[in-house]
Amino acid sequence: MAVGEMMTSTTAPPRDGVDDPIPSSSRLHTPGQLDATHGVVLYLDNISVSFDGFKALNNLSLAIDTGELRCVIGPNGAGKTTMMDVITGKTRPDSGTAFFGQTIDLKQFSEVEIAQAGIGRKFQKPTIFEHHTVFENLELAMKADKRVIKSLFARLSGAERDRIAEMLALIRLTDSAQRVAGLLSHGQKQWLEIGMLLMQEPKLLLLDEPVAGMSDDETERTAELFLTLAGKHSLVVVEHDMAFVEKIARKVTVLHEGSVIAEGAMDEVQNDPRVIEVYLGR
Amino acid sequence: MRGKLTITTVLLLASALFVCPAAALDRAAVEKLAFGEGDERLEAIGALVTEGDPRAAIVLGALGDGELQTASKRVIIVRGAEATDAVTGEKLASMPAEREDIVANNRLRGAVQGALAALKLISPDRAIRFAAAKELAGGADAGMLPLVKKALDKESDADIRTLLTHIAASLELKTGDVKTRLAAVRTLGLSGGHNAKPLLLSVLESETDADVRLEAQTSLKQVDERLLWGQRAGLLFAGISLGSILLLAALGLAITYGLMGVINMAHGELIMIGAYATYVVQNLFRTHLPAAFDWYLLCAVPVAFAVSALVGMVLERTVIRWLYGRPLETLLATWGISLVLIQTVRTIFGAQNVQVENPAFMSGGIELLANVVLPWSRIVIVLFAGAVLAGVWLLLTRTRLGLFVRGVTQNRAMASCVGVPTARVDTLAFGLGSGIAGLAGCALSQIGNVGPDLGQSYIVDSFMVVVLGGVGQLAGTVYAALGLGFANKLLESWAGAVLAKIVVLVFIIIFIQKRPQGMFALKGRSVET
Amino acid sequence: MTGPLTATFARLYGASGWAALSAIGFVLFVVFPALNLAVSPDSAFHVSAYWITLIGKIMCYAIVALAMDLIWGYCGILSLGHGLFFALGGYGMGMYLMRQIGRDGQYRAELPDFMVFLDWNAFPWQWWNTDQFWWALLLAVAVPGLLAFVFGYFAFRSRIKGVYFSIITQALTFAAMLLFFRNETGFGGNNGFTDFKRILGYTITTPETRMVLFTLSGAVLLGTLLLGRYLVTSKFGRVLAAIRDAEQRVMFCGYNTLHYKLFIWTLSAVLCGFAGALYVTQVGIINPGEMSPANSIEIAIWVAVGGRGTLIGAIIGAGVVNGAKSFFTQAFPEYWLYVLGLMFILVTLFMPQGIVGLFNKWRSAK
Repeated sequence: MAVGEMMTSTTAPPRDGVDDPIPSSSRLHTPGQLDATHGVVLYLDNISVSFDGFKALNNLSLAIDTGELRCVIGPNGAGKTTMMDVITGKTRPDSGTAFFGQTIDLKQFSEVEIAQAGIGRKFQKPTIFEHHTVFENLELAMKADKRVIKSLFARLSGAERDRIAEMLALIRLTDSAQRVAGLLSHGQKQWLEIGMLLMQEPKLLLLDEPVAGMSDDETERTAELFLTLAGKHSLVVVEHDMAFVEKIARKVTVLHEGSVIAEGAMDEVQNDPRVIEVYLGR
Repeated sequence: MRGKLTITTVLLLASALFVCPAAALDRAAVEKLAFGEGDERLEAIGALVTEGDPRAAIVLGALGDGELQTASKRVIIVRGAEATDAVTGEKLASMPAEREDIVANNRLRGAVQGALAALKLISPDRAIRFAAAKELAGGADAGMLPLVKKALDKESDADIRTLLTHIAASLELKTGDVKTRLAAVRTLGLSGGHNAKPLLLSVLESETDADVRLEAQTSLKQVDERLLWGQRAGLLFAGISLGSILLLAALGLAITYGLMGVINMAHGELIMIGAYATYVVQNLFRTHLPAAFDWYLLCAVPVAFAVSALVGMVLERTVIRWLYGRPLETLLATWGISLVLIQTVRTIFGAQNVQVENPAFMSGGIELLANVVLPWSRIVIVLFAGAVLAGVWLLLTRTRLGLFVRGVTQNRAMASCVGVPTARVDTLAFGLGSGIAGLAGCALSQIGNVGPDLGQSYIVDSFMVVVLGGVGQLAGTVYAALGLGFANKLLESWAGAVLAKIVVLVFIIIFIQKRPQGMFALKGRSVET
Repeated sequence: MTGPLTATFARLYGASGWAALSAIGFVLFVVFPALNLAVSPDSAFHVSAYWITLIGKIMCYAIVALAMDLIWGYCGILSLGHGLFFALGGYGMGMYLMRQIGRDGQYRAELPDFMVFLDWNAFPWQWWNTDQFWWALLLAVAVPGLLAFVFGYFAFRSRIKGVYFSIITQALTFAAMLLFFRNETGFGGNNGFTDFKRILGYTITTPETRMVLFTLSGAVLLGTLLLGRYLVTSKFGRVLAAIRDAEQRVMFCGYNTLHYKLFIWTLSAVLCGFAGALYVTQVGIINPGEMSPANSIEIAIWVAVGGRGTLIGAIIGAGVVNGAKSFFTQAFPEYWLYVLGLMFILVTLFMPQGIVGLFNKWRSAK
């Protein structure tokens, strides 16, 4: 998949050590550059967050391996979205550690820096640029030098146009390229947002209910897409649709009241009595 | 020189013989005054003062005015066509044919003046005594000292005592020996007000004796402390007063913004309408019920509330409800409404300020110290603001409407789902907020000018209170209003009114950086800025 | 390099757009000067100094409206204090003009009249070097720019947006107005600056000088329009619009939205300052009233009436509203506030796209 390949960025310093062929032992690690060569791409340890006395996350610990596709499930209010807020820097945890790779302390960086470091997030509600065309949405999301001075004089190169065309094909919106994004259907908007996410070439994708409101066909295609992305990218998918989860998940984490109550393969988790009690029901 | 000495001697004599005022004027003294020569007359004046009879003042006054005359053996006072016996005060049946003027030379006049002042100090009328003491406080002759001290002994009124103490101390400082001066300085320290300060400062400048100087420093400190407490109290009150006004002005805005996210730029004009409603009620009372004029305010309060509430509800129904969810457009539209309202009021009432008078019970104030007065009007407004706050709190927490309002504030969609008539709640809440603005206008009419631009001066302040205090909770508005009131007054005493306002505005701008949601705001994911 | 340049120009406007701009340029730079200077005052075709000044003034306002459209229409930032930057520009240039009065003032002194009146002996610190035109012009654009930068940095960094931001900008201009009303601030107190005599050696009231200033204003206006057009058709403009619609999403795409907002905000202030400098030379007076919140809020209505987010709408709106203001304040002064107020209400309720929006609807309906 062409979208998974590294594109030579224009002037931004390389932040990604994953595709570097030089063995890790002889590299100098620079703080701020992602080092996911040790197998763990996301590491959360005893994260706690409370809002006005209400504990949204309660000593949450979670580790995602590089290239893994993890599903996170749990009842409403379990803290799934808050966990994503912590990872992307939108909410600062009261206590605990959060690391992206070996070197990037998520508590130290801003949302923009974390996004630039390679974490992409898809929101629960499709959040796209309603007044821009589909093409422009993808163009804006595309991995590039995103500084003001560059945007003032930016021109789309042929290679960039090709990338956008490829993405349009992947998300099946080639015919709607010049359509204003606000006019798309709900499912199309979800796909556009996934497309935008992929344009950023993230190392870690956080997907919050990506198939909510999609038809069966669209859900099927989404599952296929995620499966092909895993390996080159790491994915964390939050979902309620159990059929979808079964299709894609190797490992599932169950959240309840801000902490992990079960973790393992799908059937293990489905038969865990606690999980059944709080979420799945009999 | 000789005359002065004589006067002093006379007065000393008088004071030495100061006894309870006699029942009638001493005939002998009056006759000596009228018929006597030179020093005799001076002695007579002294005797009259000694007696302390208030009628002596009339006689002496007449002498000074040239109205004292003799008619054969009698001494009479002639005023116009009337003649009265100087001794008894009886009116004479007919004007005596032969009369002679009694001449008073300068020496005599001087003695008369001194005597009159002295007599005023012991007049039975409190007002006269007070006036006399105040006059002497402006600058007293050293010879008056014994008189002043005697008057002090007899004086019971606290205010006059203060004045007399001060006069005595200042005279003693000029003439007394070291011990007296020391005692005087001490007295000033213990009881002196703000007029003791310049006196003590001059002592520090010109005093030769070291002990007295030291004592003067201590006394100065004591006086300063006393004044400081007065100043602090005054400042505290001013802060509370301004805070209460800001609270009234901003409370309505906090409700409408908290509830509907509507920043109502016409809020100031709703305040203005309340003030004008008060003006109209005042005029109605003046023309139809002049006897009960003082009660117009009581009537004006509900009227102001009703008028502003009505205007607010009309605005909500016609314009604002179509702009929900578009706060910036609402801002612009309500600004347009404010322009229309201002011009309407200008057309109806004229562009000039209108006169709103305080009713009698709002005039005057409590005097804490000589330099600190707490006006009754402001005290009433503070209490009024408290009452309004309590009323609003009760309404929001104890009534069904209040429950609905709170529900809609927190989650409009959910409230609508559970059957809350959100449209009607919006209208009523907007009416409530506007009505409170009307009450603020009623209060403002009592302490400031009422003109079409009244609202413009309060809109920025109201916004600042709302922005600082956060929305969703009354406590935020209260704390912010009081806080801003204090800050404003405190800064005013240091830097002047304009700079104070600027500093407060800049402070708020900076505060908002640190805490964008204000001091008290509903937190969590449900509230996004 | 002609390639990218012509490509840029082609991107800015289509053929009809350029034709219209050329026509307007022709009117501004050829027709008006001719009708004002070459044609005799008795002729029916003569355009009087009154009209030149009025149109010049409105063109300065149009620059401000463009600046406002850039931040509001394209980035969603509603400033209710933009008049402050405009006024600061006016004061900056005003200091130079006051110095140029020289000894021709009422008191025949080196210091301006208001300083003599206050018994001052020397210029206050902020007047340093203001007898130099270039320095005054620099002040006129740099001071608003710097103020905007500092204010914007702190405001945007704390994520203040929406209504709160608007209120704070209002507070800012209000505070500044209070400051400038004080005599001690050294800007003429509530009278401000007026009675200008010369600029760059030329008498400021002659028809020739007026015409030069007029055409200069027109040129700056057209230049600002082209600059704005360039910005909004570039990637930068698309990012701005995205910030307006979904700022969170833009951040998660990796853009530092603080930088973008700060850039357009500061640029907007600089443009206003420039417009203020042009304004004060034509109108001949500047006082703290220009900083009143009411003035700044009016700027927003110019943009709303014309149609926000269209650039050309801002110019149209500034023209329509100020033209109406000029007409009403002379013919029916008591009604002007009604008209203005109703304009606010009706435009926000019924014409959210403004005049340009109506025009577009009419065109697509044909």
